[in-house]
Amino acid sequence: MDHQPPPFFKRGPAPLAQLSFYAMLSIALLFVDSRFQTLELLRQGVSLFTHPAQQAAHAPVDFLKNSADYFSSLSRLEDENTRLRRAQLSNAETILRTQQLEAENERLRKLLDVRNRQKVNGRVAQIIYAARDPFSRRVIVDKGQQDKISAGQPVVDDAGIIGQVTRVFPFVSEITLITDKDQAVPVQILRTGQRSVVFGLGNGQLELRYLPANADVQNGDTLVTSGLDGIFPRGLPVARVVHIERDTSYSFARIYCAPMAGVENFGEIMVLDRHEAAQIPEQLKTPAATGNPVAKPGAKRRLKKD
Amino acid sequence: MQPTFYSSRILLPVRPWFIAVSLFVALLLNFLPTSAWPWMPDWVALILIFWSIREPRRVGMGIAFLLGLVMDVADASLLGQHTLAYVLVSYAAASISRRILWFPLGQQALHVLPLLLIVQAVQFIVRAMPGIVLPGLSYFIGPFVGAALWVPLTFALLLPQYQPVERDDNRPI
Repeated sequence: MDHQPPPFFKRGPAPLAQLSFYAMLSIALLFVDSRFQTLELLRQGVSLFTHPAQQAAHAPVDFLKNSADYFSSLSRLEDENTRLRRAQLSNAETILRTQQLEAENERLRKLLDVRNRQKVNGRVAQIIYAARDPFSRRVIVDKGQQDKISAGQPVVDDAGIIGQVTRVFPFVSEITLITDKDQAVPVQILRTGQRSVVFGLGNGQLELRYLPANADVQNGDTLVTSGLDGIFPRGLPVARVVHIERDTSYSFARIYCAPMAGVENFGEIMVLDRHEAAQIPEQLKTPAATGNPVAKPGAKRRLKKD
Repeated sequence: MQPTFYSSRILLPVRPWFIAVSLFVALLLNFLPTSAWPWMPDWVALILIFWSIREPRRVGMGIAFLLGLVMDVADASLLGQHTLAYVLVSYAAASISRRILWFPLGQQALHVLPLLLIVQAVQFIVRAMPGIVLPGLSYFIGPFVGAALWVPLTFALLLPQYQPVERDDNRPI
């Protein structure tokens, strides 16, 4: 492409040499970043420059938005305040009853010797902006390593699961939404209890895969987390079935779902703490760990009987 | 008045800080929350191509690599996706820089269009490798808008280098 005479002046390495060097470096970066998770330190270092710059770029936009809001929303805020007060009053009774039911439920569970459902704590964060990458669905929130957020924590809003923390930077962290193509959430159908896994499609919808064409699924069915992965706590709403295609030439039904949470909205979210995965009961653990312990007491007992 | 974009016109030497500031402003423009508008051009690519054509000795593949790294982190994309695209396009722009300046501005913009399409196409191919997600045809509108911006951009960025024109009929150029 570029036939140059031998250089008369010293100008550093030839363009083609530079091109091959930087192209190889880029390809190496691509390979390492997609196969191994070892470049997070580099990412975090560069992010110390980019995140302030990004926030500086967002400042004028936020300022315009806020100033517009300030002048228009005083009366609206008052309205909202009275409405919320009323809602709180009407909810108070429900909350009280729920607390009482919860206590009762806990007592009953103890009686039945069922493992208590773990309570999950979380911390509130705010979505700052959506990542610009058009190939994935990710958002950036304003809590990071400083607030002890770690990769893998589930993220919810008031209506259900939003996604999962995938990368943590010093002051911000990155959340992959459940609608991202690479994100999967183990769920169960609330009506039937059928377990499955829901995958993002990358276009704002979700797909429930690997259910047979004659599976008992209806439009409007609610999917909640099954908690089998040990990451998402059990029973949180994820999505609602909106469209089912049953084609007998395929062995699986195509089931499309819409997320329950405001996945594409901006606002407050909650990053839930990790909870311990359900423990395997001791009785099941021991035979695998210590060979054949069940036989010994049996043998002893037999000896004693004799 | 003398047209400003002719290659025979003698410009003041470029100030390095002006290049740096224009690239930084391009980064800030890219950081604006414009992901809802797919027709937004990639400002960093556009300004990088401009300086790679005008000043290939100052703005080269090293700077393209650094800018790409910054964009990769800011975009939360794969590391190396923007760097590869920017390095390739910086090389291509530098290699046509001797020829392109002889064309009028409109035709220069036509030269810039394929460069901007290369930027999108390289990133698309990189992301398509592990598993295809089609971002839609609107993904490729940005380069056309960017090429249309070439004419105003040339005026704006060369403004500090214009010296006052004094007519002197005895001067050879």
